[in-house]
Amino acid sequence: MMRLERRPEPSKAWTAATPILAVLATMIAGGIMFAALGKDPFAAIKLIFWDPLFNEQFAAFSRPQLLIKAGPLILIAIGLSLGFRAGIWNIGAEGQYIMGAICGAAVALAVYPLEAWWIFPAMVLAGAFGGFLWAMIPGILKTRFNTNEILVSLLLVYVAENILASAALGFLRNPEGAGFPGSRNLSAYPAASNPEIVAGTGMHWGVVAAFIAVIFAYILLNRHIMGFNIRLAGQAPRAARFAGVSPNRLILFCLGVSGALAGMAGLFEVAGPAGQISIDFNVGYGFTAIIVAFLGRLHPVGILLAGLLMALTYIGGELSQFMLGIPSAAIQAFQGMLLFFLLAADVLTNFRVRFGRVEVA
Amino acid sequence: MDLTSINPVLLIASLMVAATPILLAALGELVVEKAGVLNLGVEGMMIIGAVSGFIIAVETNSAALGFLFAALGGMALSLIFALLTQVLLSNQVATGLALTLFGLGFSALLGQNYVGIRAPSVPDWNIPLMSDVPVIGPILFQHDPIVYGSLLLVVAVWAFLKYTRAGLILRAVGESHDSAHALGYKVRRIRVAAIAFGGACAGLGGAYLSLVRVPQWTEGMTAGAGWIALAIVVFASWKAGRVLIGAYLFGGVTVLQLNLQAAGANVPVEILSMSPYLITILVLVLISADRSRAALNAPAALGRVFHASG
Repeated sequence: MMRLERRPEPSKAWTAATPILAVLATMIAGGIMFAALGKDPFAAIKLIFWDPLFNEQFAAFSRPQLLIKAGPLILIAIGLSLGFRAGIWNIGAEGQYIMGAICGAAVALAVYPLEAWWIFPAMVLAGAFGGFLWAMIPGILKTRFNTNEILVSLLLVYVAENILASAALGFLRNPEGAGFPGSRNLSAYPAASNPEIVAGTGMHWGVVAAFIAVIFAYILLNRHIMGFNIRLAGQAPRAARFAGVSPNRLILFCLGVSGALAGMAGLFEVAGPAGQISIDFNVGYGFTAIIVAFLGRLHPVGILLAGLLMALTYIGGELSQFMLGIPSAAIQAFQGMLLFFLLAADVLTNFRVRFGRVEVA
Repeated sequence: MDLTSINPVLLIASLMVAATPILLAALGELVVEKAGVLNLGVEGMMIIGAVSGFIIAVETNSAALGFLFAALGGMALSLIFALLTQVLLSNQVATGLALTLFGLGFSALLGQNYVGIRAPSVPDWNIPLMSDVPVIGPILFQHDPIVYGSLLLVVAVWAFLKYTRAGLILRAVGESHDSAHALGYKVRRIRVAAIAFGGACAGLGGAYLSLVRVPQWTEGMTAGAGWIALAIVVFASWKAGRVLIGAYLFGGVTVLQLNLQAAGANVPVEILSMSPYLITILVLVLISADRSRAALNAPAALGRVFHASG
């Protein structure tokens, strides 16, 4: 019978190895799922993980998509990882992403058709501020009234979706849009658009921001007292309090940063790849980023790699939908499975598995 | 706007229908949390219940079988959670989130061929004599069996936790798993059983949405109902009776805003649709504001990982 023995501290080797193990397990389980759907599992897995990058026919289109999809995922996940490390669970990044996009786009639409250099920076600031404010709601309710931030941040996603609907149908609707829902097309408004910086790479300002966020998060966590406090509060909350770490400041900091980053991600998306505020421009990056954060071990460099991998599954998912007729929902289930396997494999990081006498438990 | 078009008797009767999915899910989660486990996957289990119940009901043309398989589907998903958190000792918050993300994707996959079909109808049980009483009859005695069942379940859960020995043991596990373990109770087994019960209840609640309340299958149709059920458990301070009040309060808000939309109220539709979520948040704030009282009933070991050799 299997018995678990707690390690004195998490194993470094397994911390790095479990995501790989989880990806392999997901490929096997996903293959079984695709086989059950009546598709060739090997073709499907190859289409998801290999063809977007290396197939001559698709790579020209798919490679730029990798950065376009990874950018928002990494940006949001970096913010979430700070809170997750400290035991502060912001799971409403999707809502903050929407609110950031609305606030940022509103700035551009307010000054349209003015052409000035400051418009795009102002939009980025407004986007970050929108996400920040939306994340401050669970933050302040938590610090002031002790309300559960998990539930409040999640419920606010549904509120944000309703605000988005009313923006797309009402207060941000294109006055020259012949009554169709959706705002003016920001990508056709040069001062407010977020185009590719280097043609053919998919690199836009949001991707740049994601890379900068990775570097800053790394420095914060390893070189700054705030990062130390975050790690301390997560690993030993009591010790953190004795050391004078204010839990309330930490909550507001973590929620604020993750909200601002999610809001920024929303703005970059709406000004670039999505192009306009529409009812369903958000595609669930805020939720997928939760998986990215865990898959990246809440470590900035890990999140960078995990974000790229998740982006790959999105693109591969679209390809397999197009080529094999695998439903888009299968990819969502595939991504959820990945998180299951990761959490299951993590037992190896924190425990030694011993085989021996059955223990009563 | 024409407020006279809103019939208060029908309003209260439909309130009970609107509240039933959340009531069922919240009762299940109440038992899970009383055993010291925080399962944030209610939304995922509900939607798996909704889709599996719908598919079975359509294929067999029997709503009863649909509900049975919905409970089994929710339970199956909850057992993944049980395996991860109780055997592989994973973080409960993260695992619950994974359950919801997976459930939303997997349900969409299962139900892709069932969009836009009508479910076999669930007949109302009109209680003889009582259902003919004016006002009270239509409100209380003209419902489908699941509504009555959910009310019975409130009483059953309340009595189980308060008066039975098994309920006492379950609460002991939730208050201090180390003490319960030292006394010789099988902490892990009790928790797995509680999680499975919670999954079955959430599955039933989901199927009530897809088979009675809507009654159709659409992707993501639970629309946060599972999260509201979690909020209602906190609102109820872990008491079965108050779960009933919370769920019916929420049902009332939902039905009222739908009626106001239909009556053409002079309020933007979006504001009406977001009101149930806003009111849930408001209620959470009110109930959590008094720190000493809010924590009084919370199971002490809620969300903590139990490791026997500890």
